Amino acid sequence: MILVFRLAWRNLWRHPRRTWLTIGAMMFSNMLLVFMISLQFGMYGLMIDNSLQAFTGHMQIQAPGYKDDQRMRQTVADIVPLSDLLRRELGSDDIAARASAFALVSSDERSYGIAVFGVEPEFEVNVSTIPGLIGEGRYLGDNAATEIVIGAALARNLRVKLGAELTLLGSGLDGSFAAAVVTIVGIFDSGLAEIDRSIVEIPLGLFQDVFYMRGAGHLVVINAPVIDDVAELQIRVNALLPAGHDLVVHDWDALQPGLKQAIRADISSSFFMYGILVILVAFSVLNTQLMSVLERTHEFGIVMALGLTPGRLAWLVLLETAIMGVLGLLLGALLGALVTYYFSINGFAYPGMAEMAAKFNLPARFFPQITVLTLLIGPIVVYLFTMLSALYPALRLHRLHPVAAMRAV
Amino acid sequence: MHMVGILTTLAWRNLWRNHRRTLIMLAAVILGTWAMIFMTALMRGMVTQMIQDGISALPGHIQVHHPEYRDDPSVANLISISDTELAAKFEAADIAHWATRVRVPAVITSEYESRGITLLGVDPDRERGLTFVDYDEVEGRFLESTEDTGIVIGKKLAKMLNTRVGKRVVVMSQDPDNEIADRGFRVVGLFTANVSAFEEAFIFAGKSTTQKLLRIDDQVSELIVFGDDYRNVEALYDKVSAIVDSRVEVRRWFEVDAYLGAMLTIMDGFVFVWIIVIFLALSFGLVNTLVMAVFERVREIGLMLALGMKPVYILGQIIIESMMLLVIGLVLGTALSWAAIQPIKDGIDISIVGEGLDMWGMSSVLYPDLLLRDVILANVVVLVLGFFASLAPAWRAAHYEPVAALTKV
Repeated sequence: MILVFRLAWRNLWRHPRRTWLTIGAMMFSNMLLVFMISLQFGMYGLMIDNSLQAFTGHMQIQAPGYKDDQRMRQTVADIVPLSDLLRRELGSDDIAARASAFALVSSDERSYGIAVFGVEPEFEVNVSTIPGLIGEGRYLGDNAATEIVIGAALARNLRVKLGAELTLLGSGLDGSFAAAVVTIVGIFDSGLAEIDRSIVEIPLGLFQDVFYMRGAGHLVVINAPVIDDVAELQIRVNALLPAGHDLVVHDWDALQPGLKQAIRADISSSFFMYGILVILVAFSVLNTQLMSVLERTHEFGIVMALGLTPGRLAWLVLLETAIMGVLGLLLGALLGALVTYYFSINGFAYPGMAEMAAKFNLPARFFPQITVLTLLIGPIVVYLFTMLSALYPALRLHRLHPVAAMRAV
Repeated sequence: MHMVGILTTLAWRNLWRNHRRTLIMLAAVILGTWAMIFMTALMRGMVTQMIQDGISALPGHIQVHHPEYRDDPSVANLISISDTELAAKFEAADIAHWATRVRVPAVITSEYESRGITLLGVDPDRERGLTFVDYDEVEGRFLESTEDTGIVIGKKLAKMLNTRVGKRVVVMSQDPDNEIADRGFRVVGLFTANVSAFEEAFIFAGKSTTQKLLRIDDQVSELIVFGDDYRNVEALYDKVSAIVDSRVEVRRWFEVDAYLGAMLTIMDGFVFVWIIVIFLALSFGLVNTLVMAVFERVREIGLMLALGMKPVYILGQIIIESMMLLVIGLVLGTALSWAAIQPIKDGIDISIVGEGLDMWGMSSVLYPDLLLRDVILANVVVLVLGFFASLAPAWRAAHYEPVAALTKV
């Protein structure tokens, strides 16, 4: 075995330039794959986290149909006792009840129609990033106070400042007229005009009063410690729902189907491109190995005449490829890791990316994350294709006839 | 001239001395070229569609607003432009597609639900074909005149409001004096849109009806103008700027929506990076092939040098060989990508990932967009960089010491 290995090693370095060029092709694509995949997966994680943490949460308990229609009367009855029960039983504070209604929000000068959310101020802090984004004033405090927090963009459009009063006009659960006057105690600035303009929050107690909810709400938001625990937590939540209830638990994928699909669309198009890259490398290897087999026809003829079987020779060729492949894999992964490491410290930006990133709640600079998976998946696929492409030159040896081969120049 | 002919013949024959190697390399070049052009066409198609959908919602290549409108898109910032005056001026300037409209935030209420939307007061005849609504696809009918007292809403919104054609809804907004302005409308049509979010966000009413409702006489929120090509709007911009007076703000579409504008820049950068990456992956194989071709002909090259062939002809011969390989590959690769696009020219359905694409502002049918510019870019990049990549092995061949080369085994 050692002998075969030494043979293969020496054969490789008969043409150092050719071998390095082939390894170079592998290194190039490995480096690119490690960097791109690390960047992408880091981005997906951020995309999911940022989108969900902003407001949606990992899962929600709702009435059936509420997800699609968001009608006022698709309620969850006795919502506060339910969220209290869940917090107690699950031993987690990352659970908060909400209600939502459509209302005309008016200042002295302007009116806008917006979704008003009733939240549990004490627990909302744990399931949404909005309380943490208050730039002026403070977040909601008392559960029944006539207070409201609004986004900076909306404040500008309503032409109001902290401490101003807003009038809410809408219709209650029973269809009756609902109105309230509330004081702006906080203005949040998420940096995203869409969120800033479309969400206003008042305490849940006040909400239930104003909109005649009779203790009902619309959803309970539940966050898992990490996103991978969602499925398991969902089962436990389902088990805790009151008997004879008419409620459903939606996970984040059901709540924001676009998110996973956007990621899937991005994965499928980029993997198509990676595939092309890998195939081009495979061609390069195929060419090199075929050349190296063809130019040794004479030599192979002699050793075969001496009794070496074509099978052994095929193994030799495959071993040569394997050595090249391993070198390409290690060096490429190392280089890729270095490049990725550099950008994970300094961040990666691209012209025009900031505008695009803002659409997905992402920062303007990306910091790729290296994991074992992102480091190895690309290089290993390249390695497999390398070996696959060496099969043809290796198997060709079986067709070699010793006498004819020895005559070849 | 005579020499070039000889060198070309020599290069051509040399190329096919080892046809297997040449064919493998050729396959790699064809695949690479195909990947460059085909992928670029798909990505371009995606972006074109996205921008066109985006522009159809803005809408317009050029928009004219009150200078304050950008920060405060409300009924307070209107412009006074008379359609009859405009019509004459636009006709003189040879601009056919334009419209004025009222665009204000409003609340729509059915017997069951309320929603915040953007109310568009439009002139249905002028807007035909300009917006995202296809009049013929509307369930019921689209508006018939600016005095139409009906309203057209999105299918999705209708579902949320639990309403349908023939039912009444109330639309509420405010007039410039901050008085509530509301009136009842009969739903006369339900529209569908490529991007389903538009179905929730916009409702259409007659322009005059809307002006009466908001008590704004014949003022409008915006003037929209369409040219022939969204990529080139400068000429149109200058024309429109010359027509309207200086108290309004004229903006190009990519200034109105920075995200859409950024897409174009990103796409151009991406196409270039993608072509370079593929070329680099190819270049390793290309250089390798040439290095081998030179290496196995060392003696022959030595002989030619010894017989008095100038080194520059050797250099030329190797480069012609490489260029021939690339040109054949490029021609076949370009032809292949053109052929690959033919069957999907009329759009391929990618609705499996539809909702995800929706989030990106794309529709679920993809129309590949093969730009001559991209085809030329790919071909030129490969030829120019291929030339430089071939220089090194060719240079080496040209500078062999004749005697040393002749005696080399």
